[in-house]
Formats: sequence, C-alpha cells, structure tokens
Amino acid sequence: MLYIVCNGGILMDTIDKKLLNLMQNEIPIDKRPFKILGEKLFLTENEVLKRVNKLKNEGIIRRIGGIFNSRKMGYTSTLCAAKVPENKIEEVAACINEYHEVTHNYIREDEYNMWFTVITYSEENLNNILEEIKRKTTLNEVISLPSIKLFKVKVALKFQGDDKI
Amino acid sequence: MIENLDKKIIRRLQENISVIATPYKEIADELNMNEEELIQKVKTYTETGILKRIGAILYHRKAGFNANAMVVWKIDNEDLDNVGKYMASFSEVSHCYERKPCGSWDYNLYTMIHEKDRDRCNKIIEKIANTIGIENYRILYSTRELKKTSMKYFIDSN
Repeated sequence: MLYIVCNGGILMDTIDKKLLNLMQNEIPIDKRPFKILGEKLFLTENEVLKRVNKLKNEGIIRRIGGIFNSRKMGYTSTLCAAKVPENKIEEVAACINEYHEVTHNYIREDEYNMWFTVITYSEENLNNILEEIKRKTTLNEVISLPSIKLFKVKVALKFQGDDKI
Repeated sequence: MIENLDKKIIRRLQENISVIATPYKEIADELNMNEEELIQKVKTYTETGILKRIGAILYHRKAGFNANAMVVWKIDNEDLDNVGKYMASFSEVSHCYERKPCGSWDYNLYTMIHEKDRDRCNKIIEKIANTIGIENYRILYSTRELKKTSMKYFIDSN
C-alpha cells in the first residue's frame, strides 16, 4: 500500500485521498450518507466512518457541513486589505477577528499584508463594520474590493493517487 | 422565503455534521423534527441554490498544499471576460473573480492558486502570464492564517 506523508507526518493512503476528493465535492443528503460514499469505493460504512474520523481528528478535514451560497440568501461581502506594521499585527488581528462577519483573515507577503473578508446581511452594515474597524484599529486606509463577476470557485483540492510529496 | 425553521436548519448545517452512520437523524432529533422531513428540506435548499452542497472542507496546509498564492492582475476591461474564463480553465486556479479596484490598488482580476510548493505555483503563474502576455500582476503568498471560519447566518439579522 502506498502511504503519503504530509506535513506533521500525517499518513494518507490512496483510499483516503479518493475519499477526500469525493467528500469535498458532495456528501449525499441521505439517511446513510457514509454508506453511499463507501459503495463508490467498495468500502463498508464502518470503514468509511473510521477513516473520516481519523482524517478529522488529524485536522486534515476542517469541517463537514453545509456550504451555502451567501448571495442567494441576500448576504453581501467584500475582500479588504490593509497595511499593518509588523509590530501591530497581533493587536489589529485581535480587533478585526472579533467580528463574526470577518470569516477569513490572512497575512500575505505584500505592503498590503493583512487580507480579510467581511460578509453580512446588508451593504449598510458592511460599510458600518469597515468604518468601525478603521476607527478601532486607527488604520488610516482599508481598501475594499467587492467582487463584480465570478469566473470560478472550485474549493476541492485535487489529490492525485500516485502523487509523491 | 426563508422561514424560521429553515433558519434553524441552516444555522445547524453551518456547524459540524457528525461522522456517524445517521448524521441527519441526530440533527433532526436536536431540532425536534423527523429525519425524512429534514432530509427533504435540505434537498430543497440545494434545488433553490441557497445550499451549494453538504461537503468536507479541508485544512490546506495539513493536506499538503503549502503554497497558497493570491495573484492579482490588471487586465484591460475589454479583455476581462476572455482572460477571466481562460484563467478559470486552469485546474490549479481554485478561485477567479473580477473585483472593483480601489484607489491606487488598480488590480481588477483575482485568482487563488494552491500548490504543493512555491516552485510549482510560480511556474503556473508564469505560464498564465506568458500566455496572456501580461506583466502587470502581483503574487501574494499567504504566510499566516489569522482566521478561517464559516459564515454564521441569521444570528443578528431580523
């Protein structure tokens, strides 16, 4: 059997990878979803549950749940960026991350080094949050880059069976 | 129209679904409804498109994808549509959006590229850049994740 060592010495075999490819795309909405997944890979329901639990405990799977279309539910969002001095990153991040409307926040290698997303139920609330963030963090500039057109969202990370890491 | 029961279900689906033989039964019990009714409801959400899918979200780095680049491009408006579609055709490109530029930050096309290492990532970016003949772009690798959570719907509106 071929085992692949990822970061932190986590072991995944080709069946794990196939499972991950399947589960990123869809977990059946059915009484026995893991049984159906197993049938596609010739695994018993128990074997699937064992493997998925392992992948979850190891932290490879972050969450299993619903992935919603926020726009269709009437929500509005934007991508923001700010130039945050190195020694203020923790403080600014603590302030920004406190908002549940901020779902992602990353440090990136650029003069605009902090990148975060804001999603909320109205344009007005979105603007209020951005103003409040500016005031609280005393950042004089936070750029907001709302999306105009979506060309692609593919969230699945494709695992190749014979990949060598 | 999203009713109160739907809101409860959506809120619950935003959290974790247990890895057990009958996960929807567990949720139905929590919400005091029967399993069939819940499954039927969840299916309607996918039909109307508010639910994209029930699925697994991975932790990129732990899954071995160590290079995560956001590449921002400045594309002429008349070429945007074609270029956007072209970039979206690469399997390594996971996200591709046109965004409204802001002030001196005048990039209008945004792509996310996930790869095992920076070498592979840079090669793909170079290939895209060369094919469309564009020099005005920036690569922003993520070096730290400060937050990544799921959206919490219906916790503060109406």
